[in-house]
Amino acid sequence: MDVKRYRPIAVLLIIIVFIQLICTFTGTEFFLTQIIMAAYFSLVILGLCLLMGHAGQISLGHAGFFAIGGYTSATLTTINLIDIADSGVAGFLKGAGILFLRKDIYGEEILSFSPWVAFIAALVVTILIAFLIGIPVLRLKGHYLAMATLGFGMIITTIVRGTRIFGEADGISSVPAFDLLPVLRVTGKSIYRIENYYIAWFIVIIALIISLNLINSRVGRALRAIHGSEEAARAIGIDTARYKLYTFVLSAVFAAAGGVFLTHYNGGIGPSQSSVMKSVRYVAIVAVGGMDNIWGCLFMGILLNFLTLRGFFGTLEEVVFGGILIVFMLFFPRGILKPGMITSFRNAIRKCGLKLFRMRGKSKQNAA
Amino acid sequence: MLKVRNCESGYGRLRVLKGISLHVSPGEIVTIIGANGAGKTTLLNTIAGIIKPGSGEIVFHDKDIGSLSAEKIVALGCALVPERRQVFDTLTVKENLILGAYLHFRKKRKKEALDELQSIYSLFPVLKQRESQLAGTLSGGEQQMLAIGRALMAKPDLLMMDEPSLGIAPLIVKTIFKTILTLRDNGVTILLIEQNAKAALNIADRGYVLETGQVVLEGTSRDLFDNHDVQRAYLGKDYKKINE
Repeated sequence: MDVKRYRPIAVLLIIIVFIQLICTFTGTEFFLTQIIMAAYFSLVILGLCLLMGHAGQISLGHAGFFAIGGYTSATLTTINLIDIADSGVAGFLKGAGILFLRKDIYGEEILSFSPWVAFIAALVVTILIAFLIGIPVLRLKGHYLAMATLGFGMIITTIVRGTRIFGEADGISSVPAFDLLPVLRVTGKSIYRIENYYIAWFIVIIALIISLNLINSRVGRALRAIHGSEEAARAIGIDTARYKLYTFVLSAVFAAAGGVFLTHYNGGIGPSQSSVMKSVRYVAIVAVGGMDNIWGCLFMGILLNFLTLRGFFGTLEEVVFGGILIVFMLFFPRGILKPGMITSFRNAIRKCGLKLFRMRGKSKQNAA
Repeated sequence: MLKVRNCESGYGRLRVLKGISLHVSPGEIVTIIGANGAGKTTLLNTIAGIIKPGSGEIVFHDKDIGSLSAEKIVALGCALVPERRQVFDTLTVKENLILGAYLHFRKKRKKEALDELQSIYSLFPVLKQRESQLAGTLSGGEQQMLAIGRALMAKPDLLMMDEPSLGIAPLIVKTIFKTILTLRDNGVTILLIEQNAKAALNIADRGYVLETGQVVLEGTSRDLFDNHDVQRAYLGKDYKKINE
């Protein structure tokens, strides 16, 4: 195994712990809430980074996949099957842990699907839809692909806003907590905040490891070849259609997982999560992060989502992201965070250090 | 080794190849010459499976490959050096070459592919020097060498080259054509497409002349060299004034 590849993850872990400690000691733990949400959003960013930066295919419909994940999970965990609770099938499903009984805040009993089942169902639904959309749409290129995925995103928004079971314009609320393990639950209650902070990062790190392994493999090289020249990639024997499709599906799954966890964390989801502006924002963040640079995308995903969630951009949010997209496409089409940046930064610090050292040596000599 | 019979092909409703037949035997260098738009590139792309043939038969190693996908055709041992080289600009020279062995580069056969890499480096020493440089920063000639090396990494029996002399300094063209002869001596059969008819006929055993999607002439290189029409149309001899 390539140990070097995982060194940055160790550094990331240290930073994660460091941030938590600072927030706890300065009494600003409320910041963690937005970091948790930003972390779940950054799952979408990671998936989109694989799709755009590595396979070279744009998608303006990823908010749609985020919503498919979130809505499937929310629907299944809030649907009330109490009327059929006495039937044999329901009893069996309850015994198997597929259904579970809980009480809502008004004390009413609700029998619905357990979050794990809903989570898996959400991923399966996403995979199916991603295949169905991906097979015809990925034949398109450039603007046409962007348009087609844009259309997909708009369809999802319209469906969730107009369907009774998805709560129409109100969305779905009172989604229960997601008990990953009996002691670990994804929930927005502030007493569970630190625990959730680490759960969120744990999930992001799993996604990171999957992404990094993919990029540095034979498949990753094949993807970059497709990005470079599809015709030449086919001429050397790469099944371009299949890899484009699989990457599309994988990135959709990342987005859906983000949707599922954030929905459980927030306790609900609304149609705005599927909006086209959300998709544009994800694309903008990947552009700022440097397209094929996983770490840049992660950093920007956390930072920009955090700032938005803190209300830093106020009502100008969408203007900011639209503007970012224009400026970056014009002036920094490869993003601002470059893979070699840390090394050059380190070298610069070293040089400064040396200079200081020499100056000090000189001043000592002068003093003598 | 390769037999094309009555092949028709094109883009959408546009028919470019109007019933082409040709064959390539093992160990040969066969060249296809013709003017711009004659259908040379379309022919190679059709054999390589990048374009699907409309009708006709393409047989490689006694197997009908007309309906196979591009990657399966590469796996059978028929590799293409695409027109205008098409190296992967943002990848290093080494990565480009390793991608060429894409179909072999699995866990078990990794070593085999890396051995192949060394033999490519001995064929084109300049690629070894440029190993970790991005392919986009190479000169045209070096990129052409890289594209050939990349195709060879798949260990093909038949190497199809689409205008390797395109936009390259005459001196480098000579080197590349010499390499083609070396490759033939190493047992690779070659199907070469060229606008530079003189250079191509110089090294080829046989040749076909393509005009507006049809084979208008075929024969040994010597025959084609001596043919009056070929001389006038492609070799620039027997110049006449129009109003004469």
